[in-house]
Amino acid sequence: MGHFPKPAAGSWTENWPELGTAPVDYTDSIDPEHYKLEQQAIFKKLWLNVGRVERLPRKGSYFTREMPSVGVGTSVIIVKDTDEQVRAFYNMCRHRGNKLVWNDYPGEEVSGSCRQFTCKYHAWRYSLKGDLTFVQQEDEFFDLDKAKFGLVPVRCEVWEGFIFINFDNDAEPLVDYLGDFAKGLEGYPFHEMTETYTYRSEVNANWKLFIDAFTEFYHAPVLHQKQATKEEADKLLGIGFEALSYDIKGDHAMISSWGGMSPPKDLNMVKPIERVLHSGLFGPWDRPKIKGILPEELPPAINPGRYDSWGTDSFEFFPNFTLLFWAPGWYLTYHYWPTDVDKHIFECTLYFVPATNTRERLAHELAAVTFKEYAFQDANTLEATQTMIGTKVVTDFPLCDQEVLLRHLHKTAGDYVEKFKKENIDV
Amino acid sequence: MSKLPAEFADLETFSDWCLPHEEDRYQKRLSSTMAEMQEFYDAAFPRLEAVMEYCDSRFPLDGMPDDAKALIHMMQSLVNVSFPIEVWKQPRVLDSGAAYIQCTKEPVV
Repeated sequence: MGHFPKPAAGSWTENWPELGTAPVDYTDSIDPEHYKLEQQAIFKKLWLNVGRVERLPRKGSYFTREMPSVGVGTSVIIVKDTDEQVRAFYNMCRHRGNKLVWNDYPGEEVSGSCRQFTCKYHAWRYSLKGDLTFVQQEDEFFDLDKAKFGLVPVRCEVWEGFIFINFDNDAEPLVDYLGDFAKGLEGYPFHEMTETYTYRSEVNANWKLFIDAFTEFYHAPVLHQKQATKEEADKLLGIGFEALSYDIKGDHAMISSWGGMSPPKDLNMVKPIERVLHSGLFGPWDRPKIKGILPEELPPAINPGRYDSWGTDSFEFFPNFTLLFWAPGWYLTYHYWPTDVDKHIFECTLYFVPATNTRERLAHELAAVTFKEYAFQDANTLEATQTMIGTKVVTDFPLCDQEVLLRHLHKTAGDYVEKFKKENIDV
Repeated sequence: MSKLPAEFADLETFSDWCLPHEEDRYQKRLSSTMAEMQEFYDAAFPRLEAVMEYCDSRFPLDGMPDDAKALIHMMQSLVNVSFPIEVWKQPRVLDSGAAYIQCTKEPVV
């Protein structure tokens, strides 16, 4: 071991002394009361990413998002208004509270385009800026001031094309919250990567457990060993995993990792289909022809050590938004939306520069299918973990230096809960 | 009636793998035996390169005639089936019993 230099403190973990090195108590992932506090202290207070601006191509384009992590039934409309500003509103008619935008099934998310929002119940109408513009039989009401009955807005700000909402009207501005990592990512050609593959899974595990799984690659040579050729798998298992570097800035964190499979040094290292399609887990071997993705063009936050062997960086924007960049010039996002202490909805979207021909399209297909095969293994392991820690036979677990970001995640989440308790319960 | 271009008549017998959506391709994989998938893989895999050359020398991706589209859909199934054949030796992802991940949006050819 010791392939890449660690901080002067001796380890990544000790570089941030507040994290400690003791085993970590995972009661925060099994206690229903703790989960209720997380909803209040974290999901109702912090910036949450709800997708990208490409989902709103025109004035009047909208989509709805169900936000069970914020509270049962919470639903939001995201819309591009007539001035091309992206806005968010609670998805609720001001008349008698009917859900405003939905089709067939009120619990399902919808998207589309419209000039105004009209309630299905009594035809109250709202402009794209949320103003109440029409009341059916208005003269039947008593002193109704339409100006006071607009849609209830939700804070909504956009960073590099990513739409975020915040249910706390006193929250700091989005860019301040996202901080230095976000600043260091600006300029990446997100807007060029518009060919998307989206996946959704209901996972029977606490939301933090899936983030745990994706912020350490200590598991990769073991859990995923069958996905490599036998010889390659044995080699990886013998070496183990070591990241190039980790970094933590406030609530957010990142892991930078090597990865040389795109293209592989030796074709015999990869599966037959990869040899034909020139693609695999790390993506198509050939970079798309756009500016901004060559190693020397990448913004400073990506591959911060400027390693030649760099393969992928994963940024964890607290609480539940992961941005993962791959060396060959594509990226993916993860979202983890808790619905209970031991359940969450996992969403993933892969973003590629649109394929221009069949060869490129099939290379994307292989990357997407490979991603899903890996995610299956990760997701299933989580349920096995959740049920066991739920028994409380053991509550504290030792984390190694390659699991430093797990310590940071659980500490950050725990600190928000403690702060919330102090401010709202202890007094 | 044949689904595929005449040049790929040899693959016509596997045309029930011409599925435009990932979810349907994955479901067909789960409901197939390893012997069925091996037979499909053995026939389709050696033709993969020829399919890409055929399509790319004739049509832009957004202007495929239906028979070429069907051919691409079949090769997308081949990509899916390559995992049970080349990796798992079973239709399902190994150790994935309780998990299910659904593809909810994809660029359909």
